[in-house]
Amino acid sequence: MSIKKYITANEAVAHAARLARVEVVAAYPVTPQTTIVEKISGFIASGEMDAEFIKVESEHSALTACMGARMAGVRSFTSTSSQGLEYMHEMLAYASGGRYPLVLVDVTRSVALPWSIWGDHQDAIQQRDTGWIQIFTETGQEAMDMVLQAYRIAEDRRILLPVMVCLDGFIQSHTEELVDIPDQGTVDSYLPPYEPVVTLDVDNPYSISIGGFGRYYAAWRKEQQEAMDRARQVIVEAGDDFARIFGRHYGGLIEQYRCEGAEAIILTMGAFTGTAREVVDEMRADGKAVGLIKVRAYRPFPVRELRQALSRAKAAAVLDRDCSWGCEGALATDLKAALYSLPSPPTVLNFVGGLGGSDVPPEQMKYMLDKALSVERGAPSTMEFIGL
Amino acid sequence: MKLKEVSKEELYRCSYGCAGCASVLALRLTLKVLGENSVFVVPAGCISTVSAYYPQAPFFVPMTVMAFAATAAALSGISAGFKRRGREDIHVVGFAGDGGTADIGIQALSGAIDCGYKFIYICYDNEAYMNTGIQRSGLTPYGATTTTTPGRCFENRPKKDMLRIVADHGIPYAATACISYPLDFMRKVEKASKINGPTYIQVLVPCPTGWGFAPDRAIELGRMAVESGMWNLLEFENGEFHTTYTPRHKRPVAEYFEAQTRFRQLSPEQVEAIQREIDSRGAPGSS
Amino acid sequence: MRESIPGPVSKAGTVPTKMGSWSTIKPVLEGKCNFCLLCWIFCPEGAISQDEADRKVLFDHDYCKGCGICAKECPTKAIQMAEPEAGRAG
Repeated sequence: MSIKKYITANEAVAHAARLARVEVVAAYPVTPQTTIVEKISGFIASGEMDAEFIKVESEHSALTACMGARMAGVRSFTSTSSQGLEYMHEMLAYASGGRYPLVLVDVTRSVALPWSIWGDHQDAIQQRDTGWIQIFTETGQEAMDMVLQAYRIAEDRRILLPVMVCLDGFIQSHTEELVDIPDQGTVDSYLPPYEPVVTLDVDNPYSISIGGFGRYYAAWRKEQQEAMDRARQVIVEAGDDFARIFGRHYGGLIEQYRCEGAEAIILTMGAFTGTAREVVDEMRADGKAVGLIKVRAYRPFPVRELRQALSRAKAAAVLDRDCSWGCEGALATDLKAALYSLPSPPTVLNFVGGLGGSDVPPEQMKYMLDKALSVERGAPSTMEFIGL
Repeated sequence: MKLKEVSKEELYRCSYGCAGCASVLALRLTLKVLGENSVFVVPAGCISTVSAYYPQAPFFVPMTVMAFAATAAALSGISAGFKRRGREDIHVVGFAGDGGTADIGIQALSGAIDCGYKFIYICYDNEAYMNTGIQRSGLTPYGATTTTTPGRCFENRPKKDMLRIVADHGIPYAATACISYPLDFMRKVEKASKINGPTYIQVLVPCPTGWGFAPDRAIELGRMAVESGMWNLLEFENGEFHTTYTPRHKRPVAEYFEAQTRFRQLSPEQVEAIQREIDSRGAPGSS
Repeated sequence: MRESIPGPVSKAGTVPTKMGSWSTIKPVLEGKCNFCLLCWIFCPEGAISQDEADRKVLFDHDYCKGCGICAKECPTKAIQMAEPEAGRAG
């Protein structure tokens, strides 16, 4: 029997790690992630979870220890935020290139300097090219459900890549909501025990995570990209199977909300989607042809899905809680590349906002969508900071 | 332990290591002690460079390459994983160079000793970043030239005392060794393998390429390092340091310096000052 | 052919390249071997084996890089570094 409780997304994620039968946890404190591993420590202390908790001296070591546990053949878990994720950067690339099926929760937070403990997506976006599958979630329930799915995706023999599940610092991490916590038996029926492909096995010894000159290196990298491409399908499958067992479905790579006949569509990632949903409802009630796309999978990027979803729209209003300095918001750039081959692609208006924990209230989203409705088809793209 | 009792099995072969590489030898001897029931973590450095390029796999036991700073953290993770699987009988071994240990890897090493999982951390100490072309490390001794401490800008800081650093963590077992005393080294590896906790062994491995001597003299140079008092064979256990080998004949440090090129810029007065410093040293661990 | 396992891995002990070609100078036993095994323990390459029946050491030139440590450390000076005659093993 599942139980329903008012808990934060961080607590929900801790339950997910417990239910995934994680055997090694390695983590280091950083706001706003810390309550996840506090909760896990509590589960271990109370006997609700049977796992080793390695209290490492840094995030670099946290991810390394998680890789080590995988090398020994057991499932691992870590979570972090912001500076911690930055500090892991070297090992993030190590893990994906070594094809380690790790799961990491990033409670997203802005990156110093200027120093801020509050939320935006800069930390996750800065790790975009480290080879991790990156999935953004909107609620505590979705964060928990996605961690369970992440193990399925990462460990799938077609994939064997690490997965980063992102949830928004404070908006999700420290806000209680009603979460349906499944029972162990049901989770076990969804997530089979971990069967590693290659470990440090004294009976079948391999040199692993080694190097290779040019053509070998290039071949491994190509395989990594092909696994990323396959992940689009596997993410959808994992979500569909999850829905069959647990009755909750999140739409796969993207969720489209009231996009039918929409001339202007707002694109969001993470918790701000909730606000966008209400704004779209209000504007639709006023007879305005607007819709919403929630981008769930950021890597692999849902190129085909976005192209289809936006093929008839006049303009896309992209909210980026990040910036690729000297360019624009990262989601906007990726979206433009995806839309490039459309015969008449929509104009992409990029709005960078919600940085450092600042809010993007409904009126700003309304402004974004009104602006998108007002552009001429084929007008040039723009980028602006909002809320300043 | 006697030479005739040492395992004849070769579990590390055909690396790209330089002719006369004492680091390669240290690895070969380590595997003679630990055998097939061991797994290795090798960070950036000479040993990973010479033994981890596809398809050549000179390790006959499981090994993984690891990021420079991350050796000891990987050991904790692997050891925790083996503990979960009831395989604490497997030796989990880190094999890192002096830079990977005393510089970039010291934080992870400190953290891992503190975590307390069972592993053997072996630092093969050739006293500089040899793999990248002989740059100074925290374990380069005072007076030595490297490509980043050339000529009269020779290394002007003493070699970090890693044994004392790990000992101050309350490590259950730690030792220094030298490749020229193979039985002493192997006995220490064996001792470490029987400890249920973190252990540390630092083995001095003279480097023909980096120190400037002919490849056939690596063993001779190590012997001279110990006989001159530039390196000591020590153990730390039960909270105490002790010497495991005292050379019968002391050798002037000048002889050791003359046998290699990296100290040749030192003036007789500078050599004399180093000799005085060695002569004034007290008991192990007290310096 | 590379491994079917994804990622950069190689079966342990895969050594298609021997290093014997690195040097034309190899150890050869010229004097009396007293079977002390010092050359054997000090060989970085594991290129020396023990002939217990004849109480002498054997050199595998396929693995030898010609460093000369064995000759240097031999207490009876029984090992010479030389260009071995064709077809003759140690």
